Amino acid sequence: MRRAYFKNNWIAALVVAPQLLIIFVFFYWPTSQALYWAFTFEQPWGGGNEWAGFENFRAILTDGRYWDSIKISIIYAAGATVLSMGMALILAVFADRQLRGYKYYRIGAIWPYAVAAPAVGLAFRFIFNSSAGIMSYVNAAFPGFWDPILNGDHALLMVIIAGAWKQVAYNFIFFLAGLQSIPRSLIEAGAMDGATVLRRMRDIQLPLLAPTFFFVLVINITDSFTDSFGIVDTMTGGGPARATNLMVYKIYVDGFQGLDYSGAAAQSIILMFLVIALTVIQFRYIERKVHYT
Amino acid sequence: MANIDIRQVRKSYGKDEVIHGVDLTVNIGEFVVILGPSGCGKSTLLRMIAGLEDISGGEISIAGTVVNDLEPRQRGCAMVFQNYGLYPHMTVAENIGYALKVAGMKKPERLEKVRAVAKSVGLEEFMDRKPGQLSGGQRQRVAMARAIIREPKVFLFDEPLSNLDAKLRVQMRHEIRRIHNRIKATSVFVTHDQHEGMTLADRMVIMNKGTIDQVGTPEEVYNRPATVYVAGFIGSPAMNFLSGQISAEQSVILLADDSRIEIASDAARRHAGALVQLGLRPEDMTLCAPGAGHLTGSFDFYEELGSSGLYHLMIEDVPFTVLSSIKPRFQHGDQVGVLADLSKLHVFGAKDGVRIDMDEQVIRQMEPAE
Amino acid sequence: MTQADLPLASAVRDPEARITNPLRRRRAPGMVENTPVLNILTHLILLTGMIILLFPMYLVFNAATLSLQEVNAQPARLLPGDQFWNNIKEAWVTRDFGQKFLNSLIVAVGVVTGKIFIACITAFGLVFFDHRLRMPIFWAVFITLMLPLEVRIVPTYAVAANALQPFQTILDWTGISWFIQTVSGIEVALEWNMLNSYTGLIVPLVATATGTFLYRQFFLTIPDELVEAAKMDCAGPLRFLAEILVPLSRTNIAALATIMFVFSWNQYLWPLLIITDPNYGVVAVELGKLVPDTNTTGGAIPNWHIAMAGTLIVTVPPVIVVIFMQRWFVRGLINTDK
Repeated sequence: MRRAYFKNNWIAALVVAPQLLIIFVFFYWPTSQALYWAFTFEQPWGGGNEWAGFENFRAILTDGRYWDSIKISIIYAAGATVLSMGMALILAVFADRQLRGYKYYRIGAIWPYAVAAPAVGLAFRFIFNSSAGIMSYVNAAFPGFWDPILNGDHALLMVIIAGAWKQVAYNFIFFLAGLQSIPRSLIEAGAMDGATVLRRMRDIQLPLLAPTFFFVLVINITDSFTDSFGIVDTMTGGGPARATNLMVYKIYVDGFQGLDYSGAAAQSIILMFLVIALTVIQFRYIERKVHYT
Repeated sequence: MANIDIRQVRKSYGKDEVIHGVDLTVNIGEFVVILGPSGCGKSTLLRMIAGLEDISGGEISIAGTVVNDLEPRQRGCAMVFQNYGLYPHMTVAENIGYALKVAGMKKPERLEKVRAVAKSVGLEEFMDRKPGQLSGGQRQRVAMARAIIREPKVFLFDEPLSNLDAKLRVQMRHEIRRIHNRIKATSVFVTHDQHEGMTLADRMVIMNKGTIDQVGTPEEVYNRPATVYVAGFIGSPAMNFLSGQISAEQSVILLADDSRIEIASDAARRHAGALVQLGLRPEDMTLCAPGAGHLTGSFDFYEELGSSGLYHLMIEDVPFTVLSSIKPRFQHGDQVGVLADLSKLHVFGAKDGVRIDMDEQVIRQMEPAE
Repeated sequence: MTQADLPLASAVRDPEARITNPLRRRRAPGMVENTPVLNILTHLILLTGMIILLFPMYLVFNAATLSLQEVNAQPARLLPGDQFWNNIKEAWVTRDFGQKFLNSLIVAVGVVTGKIFIACITAFGLVFFDHRLRMPIFWAVFITLMLPLEVRIVPTYAVAANALQPFQTILDWTGISWFIQTVSGIEVALEWNMLNSYTGLIVPLVATATGTFLYRQFFLTIPDELVEAAKMDCAGPLRFLAEILVPLSRTNIAALATIMFVFSWNQYLWPLLIITDPNYGVVAVELGKLVPDTNTTGGAIPNWHIAMAGTLIVTVPPVIVVIFMQRWFVRGLINTDK
């Protein structure tokens, strides 16, 4: 318990004011607007609006395209999360052995985090291009084997791989940190008990990594729902035939291109509840180092 | 330099009152030590003088000015903290001079003063070190220097030596006293270590559960403890206590083992029938043959203290210790006699714990049990 | 060990709560015994991982060194050509990446400075003052974590078009506008358009829950004695902030600056929305416009070499920051838990 405080509370008010002002204007107000729009028929260029109740939600939830988008989002979340977490876990567990070159392996696994989503998108768009990139070799041998421009499944796979590639670094950092917080004595005790290196990984390190694992899992799922915009926009623009139209991207398209503010707002609200639910799970059920009270 | 006047000061946290109306005057240039166990409110009292805690009731004045509503910086006190409170990112010199910098003193003048003060506490070689690179004793010196340089009206010390090891603690104790003798600043020093209090204090304040039990010179506190609590707290090894009752008809104090102490009849009449606690310091007694002394106990075990030995006895079921520089050997269970210096017998009321004064002549004689 | 670490060790009450570097460690657990075969296997697995992560960037670099014909050759060419500088120049000059690069830099510096400043003062107000609104304010900041831009995108755009709109609406709603107009004859029309401006690119991104947490955590480890010593030394709260807390939080600043630089440099959706004037464009968005599809090439041969040169230009600054500031970057990331 802290007991030493300053008394001039007007200074406290002064220093917290800027942040409060910004979050009011750019977070809370827009969120309340989104709620308002979701329950009204909003005209694109201002003008009147009328109360719609749950009509906007009904319209979305009966729209097959929206359910397609949800399905795609789930496939994307699952695919990108499994790929990136799997790879990050393997790399972290072996990097944690800290053999020669540890530092270089570590930096080699961390740097992709710095690459901007549109840069990742564009790079993978080139790499998976059916005629110019590396896949042109495959297509030369088996004509028509790979075509993300026309084939929706190919396009989705390509987006998943790009998303996973970008996320490996983040997961690696957390896994490695988690592994390194395991006390040395436990590993030595394992060695004294006769467990080999691989055995210790399986019996000691991986189980103790479980809290980190679940934390990273929830973060990855949350991110895949919200943070996938840049990649989709530069790689596929949601196509072909909406095969990569993730929920976030659909909100953008419906709102800014379709000018369907009410529909976009209703979708936003649904996505928001998803994010809130995931965040609550993350804070509620997952052990954290940081205690925010 | 200033005097401090504390009048009926109270402190409460919500419903809990931790200091219950304390009065104390600290004279100009005096070194007062507030002594007590942890949780007795001594640090809180000090922090109220400093202005780091609000005062819930009563008044504190420094140099005649009531400071209740003044900020710490307006009170003219300097403080040495238990954990030193040094700024970790500043060098020793910057730490010492920070208060002057805040006060707006020009740099050349400031450096001059910092150098002089650092020299006086033996820090001149460490001026460019950071606190993290110093030993505990050196950090302690920085904290002292930081207080000295401000030439404050009042010095406040909040258990400043408790983080040091035993040897260094003794050394710093002497050093603090030496500095005080030189600059003669009004000082209030809080500690739970009685040796620290004894060596440093002009006057000691013994606190117990939020009240002051006794104020006096170390000698007074040791020789005439005002309460049974003070008697037990001051002195090491600790004072022995035996229960008894004053009998007015016989003019004696009857002990549980049927030994009796004759006292003057007017004292006995004044406190007729009162249940009392008799206090005897281990160093005010000698061992003798069973039956030859005032008390008899059975030998429990022996504790070697080097220059003397501490004999643990059981008198009835009460543990009892006697300090002796001659070191006879006993077996567990042996009967041992104890001869007390009756002029140093302390009597306290059993109920309120307050000292019952009976002049030395009053206590006539003590008769062992038949 | 930096200068900042050393004295902190003495000042900080709870060593667990300090910002630590989780990846810096003392020992190698694999060294408990000698396992030559497993060691080779370990290296093989790690090298494979490195290749998977690095190869895409190699292909990008490779394409950026080729000419238009070479990059579209069938099958693709996997060895670098000699057109690297030409392509970079083409992207930099013709595609105006120079100006965009500068804009990105301005925005990144603005956002990083703003975030650190805001995080620092907010946490200061929450930790060192005792007032009833501490927890409500903390939660108000905390909840913004659950409202990423992506889910409030359309209305946030509307706010950027007029940042004073919330206040106008409130004034209209409460009847204050009507009152003012009736009394003074002045129509209340608050307007502050942030579209196509640096302000619009920077200010909405400056709020930071994670930064505020990081700072709050750090401030909570500052011992009471330090605050009290400052009080005794007559330093007021602002002076304490500027002369004690800020110098002590250099580690924090470095960690935050690194993650926030990457974050703001890589912003895509927000600038895409609010910037239509090319003078305010940023590189990440400009990259999206390099996508060589039929819209941009008009059916001609796709100029992948320029697109890849642009990708490199966008990628290099944050990657350099992460590599050279790795230690701070990892600290920042782990300690904010994103």
